[in-house]
Amino acid sequence: MSAASLPIPVRLPVWRARVVLLALLAAFGVLVARSAWLQSVQTGFLREKGEARYSRVLKVPATRGRILDRHGDVLAVSTPVQSVLAIPGDVRATPAQLKALGGLLAMEPREIERLVGDDSRGFVYLKRQLPPETAQRVAALGIAGLHQEREYRRYYPGGETMAHVIGFTGVDDAGLEGIELAQQAQLAGAQGSRRVIKDRLGRVVEDIESIRAARDGRDITLALDAKVQSLAFGALKAAVEAHRARAGAIVAIDVRTGEVLALVNFPTYNPNNRARRSGEQLRNRVVTDTFEPGSTLKPFTAALALELGKATPQTMVQTAPGSMTIASYTIRDAHPAGALSVAQVIQKSSNVGTARLALQMPREEMHALFRRVGFGALPWAGFPGEAAGRLREAKTWRPVEQATMSYGYGLSVSLMQLARAYTVFARDGELVPLSLTRTGMPAAGRQVLSAQTARAVRQMLESAVQPGGTAPRARVMGWRVAGKTGTSHKQENGGYAPNKYIASFVGFAPVSDPRLVIAVMLDEPAAGQHYGGQVAAPVFSQVMQGALRLLGAPHDAPLVPVELPGEGDEAREST
Amino acid sequence: MAKLNLLLLLVLVVCALGLVTSQHKSRKLFSELEREQERTRQLEIEYGQLQLEASTWGLHSRIERIAGATLGMRAPDPRRVRTVQKLEPVTDKEAP
Repeated sequence: MSAASLPIPVRLPVWRARVVLLALLAAFGVLVARSAWLQSVQTGFLREKGEARYSRVLKVPATRGRILDRHGDVLAVSTPVQSVLAIPGDVRATPAQLKALGGLLAMEPREIERLVGDDSRGFVYLKRQLPPETAQRVAALGIAGLHQEREYRRYYPGGETMAHVIGFTGVDDAGLEGIELAQQAQLAGAQGSRRVIKDRLGRVVEDIESIRAARDGRDITLALDAKVQSLAFGALKAAVEAHRARAGAIVAIDVRTGEVLALVNFPTYNPNNRARRSGEQLRNRVVTDTFEPGSTLKPFTAALALELGKATPQTMVQTAPGSMTIASYTIRDAHPAGALSVAQVIQKSSNVGTARLALQMPREEMHALFRRVGFGALPWAGFPGEAAGRLREAKTWRPVEQATMSYGYGLSVSLMQLARAYTVFARDGELVPLSLTRTGMPAAGRQVLSAQTARAVRQMLESAVQPGGTAPRARVMGWRVAGKTGTSHKQENGGYAPNKYIASFVGFAPVSDPRLVIAVMLDEPAAGQHYGGQVAAPVFSQVMQGALRLLGAPHDAPLVPVELPGEGDEAREST
Repeated sequence: MAKLNLLLLLVLVVCALGLVTSQHKSRKLFSELEREQERTRQLEIEYGQLQLEASTWGLHSRIERIAGATLGMRAPDPRRVRTVQKLEPVTDKEAP
């Protein structure tokens, strides 16, 4: 290399380099400032925007718990259905598509157009709770702006048989009646949500976080025995129709555990069908309706007389001439008899005899006993809308009222309370707490009467179903039963209607080792017969027979057919 | 020095590729897990529907109707029922 080709050094002014350096530094400074601004001040906003490109929040569905009977049969279960919704501004559909859609949804195409044309709303439900197959066909139409949402619908395989116990849920799967309402907190699940990353094709590729875990509702196992329930329903329905009664109800309680094995009402409704439900059918008469119980209360008066030592089962009570006047009110017996023992007073259901017993006792004691067996207080079986019934304070009772209350007028009870009160006689004086859910173990009762008194009354109640008593039709082949009839006049416009009755029967079996208390009530039987012994007792017998066989209770009576009473063998009661 | 740099570059490339593959695999596995979970839900739903169906077919009233009408069955007359009592086992000492 020659020296001549060496470049001639040029001296550039120093400021030029400085300017360039400064410019570069300034540009760098701007970049740093900008990134600091984005990183620190706007970071939240930017991160959100970034995540919105790929992350999605998904709902995690939760199902409502099932309701099972004591043997695990499903009584209520939720299963998914689809709802079709439209976003009005987005809907693009040809008339042919609209027509097809109308056909699938059972709607007029014009109605759909009206709903979809309403731009003021963000979205409209076109149809809720479609079966999955129909929903798939709707989706196959491929109409833009039409979306589907998964919802749950409750199904009740037991239908009308179980309706009053289980109740039903509303369109948004929340309980509205029965167990569905009472146990809503247990049954309801909580929907969860989670954030995920989705790829271009909409597939979830990564779980970012679980925002809220889904919690499925818990299953509930009822004390109900679907077989006993269905048996009771069949018997009740037949009886209500045969006697042209306005309504009827049956409740069966397990004496040992206090579990409610069956609870039926008629008229009833189909919980699967939302459309046709009226107030009359919805009423769960067993727990929400109270009535004046009539003669079914007499055993409690007799029990109190024994308990206080005012009488023994053999003590004679004069009931002649079959009527008795207190103040200006006359108490009458349907069939006047002479002197009766206390046991016979119960067997023949004598009003006069019971009233005479009652007037020997302090009213406070009677009130206290009624309270102790659960009258005038909520039975706490766990149903919504339970009625406490009416039991007035003892100090407001006039003597005539004390007399009428002794045979079940002037106070009101629900059938549930009445059945529960009879567990006192079935359990040697213990009142058992009720349970709608399966407990499976003997319940601890509260001692209300002495065991001796309870056994004595049990004997009287057994004699009431023998020939000569008021309810020979309540007997069951193979088992000893005990019980008491009731036939009470219904109250109407402040007085007692002369020809409107409530016929009832409460009893238990087998007498040697009681397993079941069953209470039957028929409201206004209008086919000629109205006595509890004629109308309610046969229903009791039928249900008891079947239920004891299902429970496998050992026989305690010879297996000979029960002879039905001839004319005159059957005592008639007046209340 | 250059050799070491080249070696490190190679290691870096291998690591980067490994990361990409494992990420890809994890996403594939995850989507598989999602599918299986969806299937679990579907099967649970189907189980519920089958239970519903079983309950409907097994309705007491339906069984009663079929037993009575189609099969001609009826509850035995209680007079023809023999109840067997469970006897306590007899030990040698108590036996006469």
